[in-house]
Amino acid sequence: MFNFKDVYLTDYFIVAGPLEKEHDVKKCDMYIDDYYFGEKTVEDAEIKMQRTVLNNLVNSNTELIIGGDLTNQLTALGSSTINKNIPVLGIYSACATMSASFLTLAGFIQGKFIREGIFLTSSHNLAAEKQFRFPVEYGAPKPYRSTFTATAAVGIKLSKTSSKIKVVNGLLGKVIDSYVKDVHNMGAIMAPGAATTLVDYLNQSKTEVKDYDLIITGDLGSTGSEIFKEILKKEHNIKINNHLDAGAIFYKDFEYAGASGPAVLPLILVTRIFNNKKYKKILCLATGSLHSPVLVNQKHSVPTICHAIYLEVV
Amino acid sequence: MNKKEYLKLVKKFTPKEKKLKNAFNAFLMGGTLGFIADGLKCLIVKWAHIPIKEATTWVLIIYIFLASLFTGLGFFDKLVMKFKCGLIVPITGFAHSITSSALDYKNDGLITGLGGYLFRLAGCILLYGIIAAFFLAILKVIIYV
Repeated sequence: MFNFKDVYLTDYFIVAGPLEKEHDVKKCDMYIDDYYFGEKTVEDAEIKMQRTVLNNLVNSNTELIIGGDLTNQLTALGSSTINKNIPVLGIYSACATMSASFLTLAGFIQGKFIREGIFLTSSHNLAAEKQFRFPVEYGAPKPYRSTFTATAAVGIKLSKTSSKIKVVNGLLGKVIDSYVKDVHNMGAIMAPGAATTLVDYLNQSKTEVKDYDLIITGDLGSTGSEIFKEILKKEHNIKINNHLDAGAIFYKDFEYAGASGPAVLPLILVTRIFNNKKYKKILCLATGSLHSPVLVNQKHSVPTICHAIYLEVV
Repeated sequence: MNKKEYLKLVKKFTPKEKKLKNAFNAFLMGGTLGFIADGLKCLIVKWAHIPIKEATTWVLIIYIFLASLFTGLGFFDKLVMKFKCGLIVPITGFAHSITSSALDYKNDGLITGLGGYLFRLAGCILLYGIIAAFFLAILKVIIYV
């Protein structure tokens, strides 16, 4: 458990894709109407999305950029930060990359190594599909339990300077074996990770579920959310009424379980939660499935991880 | 929770696929494709005076061309998602898999991209198709000779 004393969330910038615009993710700073964003390839489009975010956030006070995405070798981050003249640290925890980079950056600020930094996560549906699944134009039938990678790049600035949103504490999660080998069922893969981290967090912080206004999970989707609640009820006797899954909000008319990707949770946090006066004490559980296509082909089950961050909105 | 218990729980909460509806859709689409193909073949034989055996090849070429064109135009994947095996099992599925791979990797170099990945999906159809054909041919020889 890491306690932060003076780490604040001061600014953010979001670039979201065309489907996100259609599916009720309003109030983003910028939308792209075309998956290629004026570039030749989808990889270049993701790089340009990240670069747009950075161009709008980086200033002379920025001392560090931490981030990650879903592409191999963190392709997008590696190229979007070229010639920015700022130290960069790449992190990968699949869809939990958001909370992993959040906690790392908060640690740097709390440790007084830096005063201000940015963390950045992105995912591009077509780039991720190409890498993890099938070619983009291939109409591989998707089952109802599958999730759809969102297209968005989100940059968030953390600083010592006080602001409305305070980062109170956080917990880095442990890697759990989900026993699930079905890569379509990302919700079932990530649910045990989310439940384990939540229980660990509650034990270590000596709090209860009802102490929070909202417990928001990353991208469990509708299937994963139900499994998550069932694990908590069956295993730990915890009943959870203030839960919301960021991924399950998206793409309801698609007959999928929801959205996935490292940008889903920050997207919903920034556009829906922070400006809602109902939510003051927010516990974020960004879940990640550490899915390696190679190991899945070799009949391994998929491990999962989840990191927790507790934020207070004043 | 142990492995067995958890997988049981996952099964309970995972939404079921509508298999019967999918099979019906695929049956309908596959049947329609076959019906049109046969009609087309008759027309080609009648109007172009091409022998039946060659007319079959012409129908296949037309199907491959249309599936590739529609993939390139960007709406064939939606049809495949809807009709599933009705479009995947016929030759349209084969053309679709190759064209979609080609579109994905066209910017990654002629050798390292296009050449290496063109048969990413269709490669297994070729491999196992040829192996199956080999054994079936042996079987045919044993039965008929």
